[in-house]
Amino acid sequence: MDRLLEILSDLHPEIDFEEYTTLIDDGVLDSFDIVTLISEINEEFDVVISAEYIIPENFNSAEALYALIERLEEE
Amino acid sequence: MLFTSYSFLAFLLILFLLYYIVPKKCQWVLLLIAGYVFYAHAGWECFLFIGVTTITTYGVGLLIDRNHNQQKAYLAENKASLSKEEKKAYKEKQKNKRFALMVVCLVLNFGILAVLKYTNFAIANINGILEMAGSEKVLAFQDLILPLGISFYTFQSMGYLIDIHRGKYSAQKNLFKFALFVSFFPQLIQGPISRYDDLEKSLFAQHAFDWHTISFGLQRILWGFFKKLVIADRMLIGVNALIGDTQTYTGFYVFMGMLFYALQLYADFTGGIDITIGIAQTLGIPVQENFIRPYFSKGIKEYWRRWHISLGSWFTDYLFYPISVCKPMLKISKWSRKLLGEHIGKRVPVYAASIAVWFVTGIWHGAAWNFIVWGLGNCFFIMLSQECEPLYDKFHARFQVKDKTWFKAFQIIRTFLLMSSLRMLDCYRNVPMTFKMFGSMFTDWNVKEAITVGMWNLGLGAHDYIILLIGVLLLFMVSMLGRRGSVREMIARKPAWVSVAVFGTVFIATILFGAYGMGYDASQFIYNQF
Amino acid sequence: MTEMKKRRSKSIAGVAIVLVAVVVVLALLQRLVMPKYMGEVKEGALIGEYYDEDKDFDVVFIGDCEVYENFVPATLWENYGINSYIRGSAQQLIWQSYYLMEETLTYEKPDVIVFNVLSLQYNEPQKEAYNRMTIDGMRWSPSKIKCIQASMFESESFIEYVFPILRYHDRWSELEKEDFRYLFGAEKVGHNGYYMQVGVEPVVYIPEGKILGDYSFGENAWSYLDKMVALCEENDVELVLIKAPSLYPVWYPEWDEQVISYAEEHGLKYINFLEHTEEIGLDFSTDTYDAGLHLNLYGAVKLTDYFGAWLIEECDLGDRRGEEDLTQIWDDKLQKFYQQKEELEEKEQ
Repeated sequence: MDRLLEILSDLHPEIDFEEYTTLIDDGVLDSFDIVTLISEINEEFDVVISAEYIIPENFNSAEALYALIERLEEE
Repeated sequence: MLFTSYSFLAFLLILFLLYYIVPKKCQWVLLLIAGYVFYAHAGWECFLFIGVTTITTYGVGLLIDRNHNQQKAYLAENKASLSKEEKKAYKEKQKNKRFALMVVCLVLNFGILAVLKYTNFAIANINGILEMAGSEKVLAFQDLILPLGISFYTFQSMGYLIDIHRGKYSAQKNLFKFALFVSFFPQLIQGPISRYDDLEKSLFAQHAFDWHTISFGLQRILWGFFKKLVIADRMLIGVNALIGDTQTYTGFYVFMGMLFYALQLYADFTGGIDITIGIAQTLGIPVQENFIRPYFSKGIKEYWRRWHISLGSWFTDYLFYPISVCKPMLKISKWSRKLLGEHIGKRVPVYAASIAVWFVTGIWHGAAWNFIVWGLGNCFFIMLSQECEPLYDKFHARFQVKDKTWFKAFQIIRTFLLMSSLRMLDCYRNVPMTFKMFGSMFTDWNVKEAITVGMWNLGLGAHDYIILLIGVLLLFMVSMLGRRGSVREMIARKPAWVSVAVFGTVFIATILFGAYGMGYDASQFIYNQF
Repeated sequence: MTEMKKRRSKSIAGVAIVLVAVVVVLALLQRLVMPKYMGEVKEGALIGEYYDEDKDFDVVFIGDCEVYENFVPATLWENYGINSYIRGSAQQLIWQSYYLMEETLTYEKPDVIVFNVLSLQYNEPQKEAYNRMTIDGMRWSPSKIKCIQASMFESESFIEYVFPILRYHDRWSELEKEDFRYLFGAEKVGHNGYYMQVGVEPVVYIPEGKILGDYSFGENAWSYLDKMVALCEENDVELVLIKAPSLYPVWYPEWDEQVISYAEEHGLKYINFLEHTEEIGLDFSTDTYDAGLHLNLYGAVKLTDYFGAWLIEECDLGDRRGEEDLTQIWDDKLQKFYQQKEELEEKEQ
């Protein structure tokens, strides 16, 4: 989780990602951020988040995103 | 049938009456019939194409869906007996099957679209190459029909197919219901490109007569007609004149043409969408918004999130992400980071996917180089602004202007002018000519001549300019109001007679000041020989 | 509860008032933008004037400008006691003439209907502006509906006839004084459908007619002449075919032959006045106001006098100058007729 938060705050240092739960709905993360994020996650966690998982529910908060990573790691 | 034709209005009226008379469970059937009647009006041969898309997408969607269910059932049944590796292998096998099914259907449907839309463009380019190579041979152009709304219904159907493949929702079992999703007539001509899960909830539901919703729908339709007839179609006279004569209309005229076209396109396109969404609303079906005051955007990325939203989001979900986060691309990303360094390396997937998306967006708008250049031009400026972000940040850290109104206004005007300049490629339909005309804005100083003489010779008189000015101001005011919520809600909160008066006035203004019909020319009566 | 009811009924009343206001404004605007035909092209107002009449005519003329410029009902009354009316309009096409005839016959049964055959040359609608001059003046009736359908171009819509504001809305930017002045009623233009012209422009030369590939009239045009014959028979009205003595547009001998044989076949009377100009006493250096296209008042009076004598003799019409009511009506009309003649003549000098 900490590693994920680090990646996120590299993208947007001004945002408190631990609290934020509407990252997509508010447009904090745009499509460029998401792609960067996914490639960073791939690097860091060796997990491939394919396009079908790019839905607001998975990216609205750091927590949801981390849950997704864990789920994919399982598989 | 054009939206702005009497026959379309008559069609709507009949449909509307029937819709609330027939048993509610037949409402969707009526919509399907209406869609096909609307479609038949464009020519019977088009049915073949929409039929193929409907049936193949429906069928393949079901097959993929069944495969999903089979997989789930099989895994649940053999939960205990299978090893992890076996499960994985099974999943992989099923996944490949589904993928193959989807690809076949995608290739077929996009293939139809590509052949009909781009064959002649390809032939023209091949001929160009042949000519350069000194060949005498030329390929003959093909006489192909372009079925009504094919770009829109193909995209809508393929979005559905990919969603089914992704397991986002389960497939529609009823062929006729699916046929309605593909042929829902209000959005057939110009979108929006709806998503199945958005539309499904209301499209097949039963709708009671609800005056509040219906009146809002009617108001929206009326406003759409006002924009189209009073503003866009009148503006078009000026646009056509200015673009039509590139010899005379250089310099300041180009600027005016650019401005006129920006307004004309906006009024026409959003007016059409207002009519679409309004019609759907009178039928009790909410359709997603396609524009959110795009000309108030402060940057080009923002602009594209607010202009033709359904197309942009389609490309993002079904083209941009699949390209940018696919496994090969992630490999390239890793590799490029090592090779080019962290900063540039991590941009590679994003930019590669962006270029692909904007190339396709360009060619989607029209089979011609000017559209491709236009698409890539948008891409270029998006990347440029992305790269300049650190500079902007430094600037804003130093000067506290970010929240100043004048700075916001500057950003809005800058974005508007940039987008309008790019759109000139769409105006002149010729890449070198566009650059030449763009250049003339800075070299030909003919403002005085244009204002005193030229602008009055475009076929627009003082009265036309007054109407346009009032119309555009009204548009601007409604947009400003719209930032604080639904304008129709605001009016509805006032006493009932106020909204009747407001929309009655818009109705009268549209009838009187709309640029429709054959026009009245007193010289037709010149007395000769009768 | 009553408070709420009160508010509700108040709100409904408010909406109703505004709705009525919107409709009234639209109706007024429609009247405003419709051409009034009071300044330049006055003949556009002729068709609508018929409805104010008592509709008890012995002779009704139907046709294009060759009837409303060349025949003078006042002369027929003064000289022969024939009560007549002209239902003419500019470039009236043959089916328009037919439907005007049909409509006229729902109001009255004249003894004779006179039809000018020049319009046989047109088999299709010619010009929307002229169609409008004939059709917009008609009152709503089955005949008008059929007339619209027969005259419409493909680019037109029926609804534009029902709500002419849809057709004329563009005129908002070129409204003139007369549009406001005649908003609620026009001035009378015709004298029983006759459009008076007193100018003189002698015939200088007569342009030769173009040689046509085919001189036979179109099927559609003929079919309406057939319908006219049938309709008149049904209503026991005598149909008389005429060709007015206008020198051009050219009336080809080949055309004349076709009408002659048609008239013979159907037992109709047909006079081509072009062959009687000497007997009539027409002098084309003084009797035309536009160099031979149409007669002026002086020529028209001569022609009408000649035709009146013919009508009395051939169609057995009686002299109605003894009828008191009718005489009174005509006295009034004649007064206006001569008053306008004087005014126009003064203007000419």
